[in-house]
Amino acid sequence: MNIKHHLDEASLLSYAAGSMSQSMALVAACHLSMCPQCQERAQKSEAIGGVLLDSLAPAALNENSLDQVMAMLDYEPSVDIAVPKRISSKRAGADQTDLPFPLGEYIDGSLDSIAWKRIVPGVYCYDLPCKSERGGVSRLLRIAPGKSMLPHSHDGNELTLILRGSFSDEIGRFTVGDIADLDSEIEHQPLVDSDEDCICLIATDAPLRFSTLLGKIVQPMTGF
Amino acid sequence: MENKPPGDDVENIVPLAQQNTSQDWSDVLAELAETKDKTLFVELFKHFAPKVKAYIIRLGLIESSAEELMQETMAAVWRKSHLYNRSKAAASTWIFTLARNLSIDLMRKQKYPEYSLDEWHEEADDNDDPCVDHVLSSRMGLSVNKLPEEQAQVIYMSFYEGRSHSDIANRLGIPLGSVKSRIRLASDKLRSMWRDGV
Ligand SMILES: [Zn+2]
Repeated sequence: MNIKHHLDEASLLSYAAGSMSQSMALVAACHLSMCPQCQERAQKSEAIGGVLLDSLAPAALNENSLDQVMAMLDYEPSVDIAVPKRISSKRAGADQTDLPFPLGEYIDGSLDSIAWKRIVPGVYCYDLPCKSERGGVSRLLRIAPGKSMLPHSHDGNELTLILRGSFSDEIGRFTVGDIADLDSEIEHQPLVDSDEDCICLIATDAPLRFSTLLGKIVQPMTGF
Repeated sequence: MENKPPGDDVENIVPLAQQNTSQDWSDVLAELAETKDKTLFVELFKHFAPKVKAYIIRLGLIESSAEELMQETMAAVWRKSHLYNRSKAAASTWIFTLARNLSIDLMRKQKYPEYSLDEWHEEADDNDDPCVDHVLSSRMGLSVNKLPEEQAQVIYMSFYEGRSHSDIANRLGIPLGSVKSRIRLASDKLRSMWRDGV
């Protein structure tokens, strides 16, 4: 995988701080799971968190805090619920499918077993049950070769990660693993230029701002 | 997360008196990982638990929830210590990520998407300078205080209050693009300070 488009520094820091919305953090984590370069940058941003933690004035603990925690130590949960599923989805992701493992929390199986919903001919979507407080959503889009989206700009932050196929726009060509990390400054018109359908994972900050790929394709035809 | 204090975060941050302790705590945690020695855990607890609780309170949780979550975080330090890789992260960084993830899980009732889990442990990256993160961590405490105020502010609001870019933009009454460029500047500056050894 030759990744050319990476996460913006401001996005990485927001992810590391835990201040990125849930829906955007999912897309960021998926890119990170595919991109050793950004992983290294993320670790540096997380180190800022470590320093800031260490520089906080201590808060008063309950009187018996330590005793309570010591009592917890001998209790080993027999199953760490999060682990088996992640490991299995990660293995599946690495060996058989092109599903980044953070998506394994939300999708069973592979990109081929998704129950796509057709929006217009050649355009399908699948909403992930990953919701942000302020209504931002993560969504998978599947777009047929040769389809072009109407030019659009963004009101807020938008992340688009390519999982299969490719598209080109004014910024460049995006292939598997590339992430388009865009803010409202940029207007673009992506065109799917791969032989196969292009599948991408897309997220925005807030619902009203999701006026992007899907919104603009769909609006003239379905009116939502 | 709406009941958090407004953006002035400079109070409650103590200057780092002992700059070289970060390395030591990483040693303690690495030793705990190997030995599962409870006396080491008690040392780590005494140093980190009050800071973890302070961090969680800053994120906007009430005291009783913060206490509970701190206890869970410290128990996770014990339970997951075998996953700690001191060539990848300072102890403070690793414990920060545990506290961050548990806090978010509670506040959002969804798991914060992680990019690696056991990889801390299994993934070999030979090209890296194994000391990078230690250097970063022990020096950066000074650096954050050296940032221009408007840059330090966006860093504090991101890490201590968990505010998104658009939330910060609203609070400060500046455009989203300015928030992002302040964060980029701060991040660049921190990295170059750290490269040059502050
Ligand atoms: Zn990258």
